[in-house]
Amino acid sequence: MSKAHVTTTVNGDPVEFLATPGMTLLDALRDELNLTGAKEGCGSGDCGACSVTVDGRLVCSCLVLAPEVEGRRVTTIEGMAQGGQLHMLQQKFLEHAALQCGFCTPGFLVAAKALLDVNPDPTETETRYWLAGNLCRCTGYDKIIRAVMDAAAELRQEKIA
Amino acid sequence: MSQLAYVAPSSPEEAATALAATGARPLSGGTDLLVQLRAGRVKPDVIVDLKRVAGAIGIREEAGGYVIGGATSGAVLGEHVGLVRAWPGVVEGANLIGSTQVQGRASLAGNLCNASPAADGVPALIAARATCVIVGPNGRREAPVEAIATGPGQTSLSPGEFILEFRLPPRPARASDAYLRLIPRTEMDIAVAGVGVNLVLDAQGRVAQAHVALGAVAPTALLVAEAGAALVGGRLDEASLAAMEAAARAACRPISDKRGTANYRTRIAGVLARRAALIAFARAGGQL
Repeated sequence: MSKAHVTTTVNGDPVEFLATPGMTLLDALRDELNLTGAKEGCGSGDCGACSVTVDGRLVCSCLVLAPEVEGRRVTTIEGMAQGGQLHMLQQKFLEHAALQCGFCTPGFLVAAKALLDVNPDPTETETRYWLAGNLCRCTGYDKIIRAVMDAAAELRQEKIA
Repeated sequence: MSQLAYVAPSSPEEAATALAATGARPLSGGTDLLVQLRAGRVKPDVIVDLKRVAGAIGIREEAGGYVIGGATSGAVLGEHVGLVRAWPGVVEGANLIGSTQVQGRASLAGNLCNASPAADGVPALIAARATCVIVGPNGRREAPVEAIATGPGQTSLSPGEFILEFRLPPRPARASDAYLRLIPRTEMDIAVAGVGVNLVLDAQGRVAQAHVALGAVAPTALLVAEAGAALVGGRLDEASLAAMEAAARAACRPISDKRGTANYRTRIAGVLARRAALIAFARAGGQL
């Protein structure tokens, strides 16, 4: 069984790992790099629990083969809080109780951050469509949407100040 | 999958050679292939990642028309201001595929070669009269988009062949397109029917050229010449719209499944064709 040697960047850190044949990026993050924030919900790109970015682009890591990220920049939920300080989205998810079981939360946070990176002032409709690929079976989504809208407003204020 | 190898060639010729091997399978965005791998529906020996092939990703203008790399993601298409202005229908078809996450990966070549009859990226490309630049072990050839899919999951590509890029024709003034589909909910579903309409108007604002393509109503997407012809010469008056609708419905050969009966699909295809034509006409600057 031949393993592929993969060199890439995860959350700004250079990393190397050996990818077994057919290994997905999600498998590599969780099993090789011990970054277990990204979750496997469906394994078929339907639920968004494994959301990460590759070269800044939001993707499902279950739909990426591990060797594909050779030389790319990967960011995961583990890269969101900076020096122990929660990202505004994380803070607002706590304040709005935008999670119950928490399984979908890393995916929602990564996806929501990708939205605010390209659109700091999204409408609620834009936010709901952007997050349509992230499934939550607990909250009914309203609290998640409120948390994202509140975080966006707060981040805009910070920028002005 | 224990013997599954992965290669990512950088030249089209290397890619064609690798793909010509027994058990080789092309990887573009992977949003279909990885699902099929996981489900055990395909068991390739080697996956040939086409995304590092020169020319496979990107959008450029050449000889007055746009050239779209086959593996370019939907997200990149949607961010390209010039392409969206010239071909809003082509882009809205591509952008209807899956979620934001899927848009970060899914490509037009993958959508076309996965050969689902309901592929949202395909009807508007056909209506646009786009062609595919196909690279294979025996060199390059060009073929119209509608010549690729031959049935569900089946294509006319020979072993080793892949779609390097799509070529869209030069866009005259007073021209535009639109793609509409119906799904049973608002997001994240497969088309019950989909219609792409591409119009070119003359200086008087009458339809000079019209192409209508239907998805999800036959084993492959269909170019319906009679539907396009019904619109030519007028300004989308009721008689020509009715004739176009009738021609579109006459071409439908759908299945019945959980998303809709054959009758429903046929009816909806006509409704969508009419609405898409009106949108394309307005986008082209036409006045009813």
